[in-house]
Amino acid sequence: MKTANHAHAAAAFIQDESRTDWHDETLWLVREKRDRAAHGLPEWELLREWASQIKDHTLSNLDQYLIEFERQAQANGITVHWAADAQEHNEIILNIIRSNNVEKIVKSKSMLTEECHLNAHLAQNGVEIVDTDLGEYIVQLRQEPPSHIVLPAIHLKREDVSETFHQYLHTESGNNDPQYLTEAARQHLRNKFIQSQLAITGVNFAIAETGGFVVCTNEGNADMGAHSAAIHIACMGFEKIIPKAEHLGVFLRLLARSATGQPITTYSSHFHKPRAGQQMHLVIVDNGRSRQLGRADFRNSLKCIRCAACFNTCPVYRRSGGHSYHTAVAGPIGSILNPNMDMRANADLPFASTLCGYCTNVCPVKINIHEQLWKWRQVLAEEGYVDSTKKWGMRGMALLFSRPALYRFAGKTGRWLLKHLPFVINNKWNAWYKQREMPTPPKESFRDWYIKSKKP
Amino acid sequence: MSSREKILQAISANKPPLTQLPLIDTNQVIHFEDLIVQFKTVLESIGGIAIEVNDLNVIKGSISKEQSEGHYIINTVATLGEVSENLAALIAPDLASVHKVYIQGTLGVAENGAIWLYEHHIINRLLPFICQHLVLILHKKDLVSTLHEAYQHIHIARDGYGVFLAGPSKTADIEQSLVIGAHGARSLVVYLV
Repeated sequence: MKTANHAHAAAAFIQDESRTDWHDETLWLVREKRDRAAHGLPEWELLREWASQIKDHTLSNLDQYLIEFERQAQANGITVHWAADAQEHNEIILNIIRSNNVEKIVKSKSMLTEECHLNAHLAQNGVEIVDTDLGEYIVQLRQEPPSHIVLPAIHLKREDVSETFHQYLHTESGNNDPQYLTEAARQHLRNKFIQSQLAITGVNFAIAETGGFVVCTNEGNADMGAHSAAIHIACMGFEKIIPKAEHLGVFLRLLARSATGQPITTYSSHFHKPRAGQQMHLVIVDNGRSRQLGRADFRNSLKCIRCAACFNTCPVYRRSGGHSYHTAVAGPIGSILNPNMDMRANADLPFASTLCGYCTNVCPVKINIHEQLWKWRQVLAEEGYVDSTKKWGMRGMALLFSRPALYRFAGKTGRWLLKHLPFVINNKWNAWYKQREMPTPPKESFRDWYIKSKKP
Repeated sequence: MSSREKILQAISANKPPLTQLPLIDTNQVIHFEDLIVQFKTVLESIGGIAIEVNDLNVIKGSISKEQSEGHYIINTVATLGEVSENLAALIAPDLASVHKVYIQGTLGVAENGAIWLYEHHIINRLLPFICQHLVLILHKKDLVSTLHEAYQHIHIARDGYGVFLAGPSKTADIEQSLVIGAHGARSLVVYLV
């Protein structure tokens, strides 16, 4: 049974201690930028509350909003497609590509297409696609998945990027200047944009009232692609719907501040109609979302706006890296979304958390992430997806904690062993001893001290 | 059953009981006394440049200077001078070498330095992105405090496309170090008239 994946992958990630520290500190800096941006607005908590209530309401009337959105979008000249799962999403896109004889395709960041493994599906069918977000372009060249939904190449250092660009773009070997490297990618990708026949983008928000959608980027890559190509395909999970244009005011104020600490992304592009002569397609995807909607304890994970504040704040994510989560959406939010997609394959993820609650505190739409992590653990245990070490360990603990005399005896034994035979505890078979010093044994337990000091 | 029906049925069966939308009361959000100062401060913090001018002559002057130097300049603002008739029909290869573009902004947002551009002002959707340098013209009276107010003033579905644009194109995808000029314009100047 595959249940120890995150822990194993994380163990590999932390082999390089200085890189782990760098990863940890860099993401914490992003979290601090988020804090400064949030504290700059006296109404921050009110905004979170509004955003949460708008999303709650939308989920409670989702089918009606999707129908309204589809009607308006079609009236705007957008072709709307529905995909029940990843396979259908990929087929729809492949069909559009084939029926238009398209060869040159650019894509801006879309976590949905990562979730559906679109690139791999197209490659199997002989179709090549260029990722144009700088971070995604870097990881695509390296044949790696993104490790973070907002900062796809955050696991890499500038020298890694320099080596990759030297190999594929023939930049100077050893030139690690981010300015130089970014310029090289700009020049290379500009040609791709200009020649592109088809552009794929994600969707940040889809507005039911107007039948349009908003795409946010800092680089301008979504716009460069969508406005150059004769065909634009936008892909969205169905939870991207919001009821009205005025709600964008709430979400756009929260999104970039939560993500990177910027007051807004450089480009917040509102698409409503194809330009003259252009085809505009929109693919609405379920892929397990309607099932999650039916899980009362977990449905509000569908409120997520993919800002990644929970990633940047998470002590486990920061020290284990995105690839350890082996899914398109990593981090705390990924750990509550992915068990719904595949309980067996992702049973390890809800355990990749200290349940400290940081994630819940920074979430702009107030998803109770840490509570859901805890609830998933219970569901997974009941369904039999927890490995036997963990299961028996928990049973042992339950036994110990429910028998006071046994508990006192175990405590006493532990203190005696730590003092007289430390090697019994300080050895490689004790997971708690890994990379840790065990504490010096106290002279007496708290209980002994309490009973003694209560005596007059 | 089509996927559409299947998805809508599953949602209908699984959605929670109806809850109410909140009332977005803009009296409860931040309000800036001096919109110009706030707008300029934020715009500069995100890499843009704000220049206050009394009339359009300065801008007209720089357009004719740049044109005389041989740069490919595109003006989309009728009050600044001639606007080419075929702009809407130009495609990416035609615009690849555009040096600078001048566009009329509709409204500026003081809290975040964003400026709303309507497609009927942009004329060609590629223009704000494919140019090396972007210049926007904005009337000082068209500044508002927050995005909430902005959405009360604009109609996002009036044209087929519109954008809130805040600063030059940027990225920090290499080790979180900020680089200006990712795929879009390398610089943004906003003339406040």
